[in-house]
Amino acid sequence: MRRAEAVEAVMRAVGDRLLVVCNGMIGREAFTHGDRPHNFYMIGSMGLALSIGFGVAQCRPDRPVVVLDGDGNVLMGAGVLASVAAAGQTNLYHVVLDNEAHGSTGDQRTITETVDLTALARGAGYAWAGRVEAERLAAELPAFFARPGPAMLLAKVERGNVKGIGRVTWTPPEIARRFAQAAQAGRTGG
Amino acid sequence: MPCSARFLDALRAQGYDWFAGVPCSLLKGVIRRFDQEPAWGYVSATREDSAVGMAAGAWLAGRRPAVFLQNSGLGVCLNALVSLNIIYEIPLLLVASWRGEGGQDAPEHLVMGEIMTGYFDQIHLPWRHLQPGTIEADLAAITQEIDRRRVPGALIVSKGVLDASR
Repeated sequence: MRRAEAVEAVMRAVGDRLLVVCNGMIGREAFTHGDRPHNFYMIGSMGLALSIGFGVAQCRPDRPVVVLDGDGNVLMGAGVLASVAAAGQTNLYHVVLDNEAHGSTGDQRTITETVDLTALARGAGYAWAGRVEAERLAAELPAFFARPGPAMLLAKVERGNVKGIGRVTWTPPEIARRFAQAAQAGRTGG
Repeated sequence: MPCSARFLDALRAQGYDWFAGVPCSLLKGVIRRFDQEPAWGYVSATREDSAVGMAAGAWLAGRRPAVFLQNSGLGVCLNALVSLNIIYEIPLLLVASWRGEGGQDAPEHLVMGEIMTGYFDQIHLPWRHLQPGTIEADLAAITQEIDRRRVPGALIVSKGVLDASR
């Protein structure tokens, strides 16, 4: 399955959950297939999507937080898998689309042909980490989101980009403002 | 003279309510307080840029974050500061130790010690050199700059100020 189709499946299933999306084509595909104020598009700072999502999840324990990540991003910021696991962040859901490549810079290979990121997550101490066929994402995501976190669901996807995926048109301050409003809705102190 | 307790009171008074970092011996008094008093909720991060990312998330969720780090970690944080905080206008207080101050330190600290204030100037971020006699005023001033410009700002901490927990 193409990555853009997998992103579309995630955007259909994400509901009203807060979502932090990693940089690169995944963010642009999320914008194209499901733009909403609850999406934080991280357009720079590669490797930090899970750190940002963890910060949000820590401060909104009453809300589920989803991080939509790629294999290059997870590898670059791998240390935070341990932080998330150590904190036992039950409201954090880590969805990883793994094409074994840096898809936004020309499909140069990463190292996930041999490195299993779900094993990394389990080793760190995630409550659950597993793989799903990309074609089964839409069917499996509701059950995944019903688990206690921190949890990782990884789907292998094809390399290559589909045509017609534009850049995020919101400016970074606009992305931050609207996400902050969504993330702080119904906040009761603390 | 050590001022960790006063510094923590000042942080609270300025509304800081979310903390993360990677330790430095020059900051160990404050970090020890964080470890002894879990109510602070201090997150021990694996890398300094990860702490900056977490702090950005905390700010988006409505908190006022501060990140503690050795100045060596500023090298790790550069991309996070310029391609996350600055462009998204996400404020943050950095409390950074000044290893290598005055060229008197272990070799690995000398270059960062020399360029540290220039690092902040180069990326147009406000900084202040924390003085034991004016802790509350220094923190209030940098916080005002952070809020006014919606950017990260740094308090630079010399040896002997926050390294004991008193």
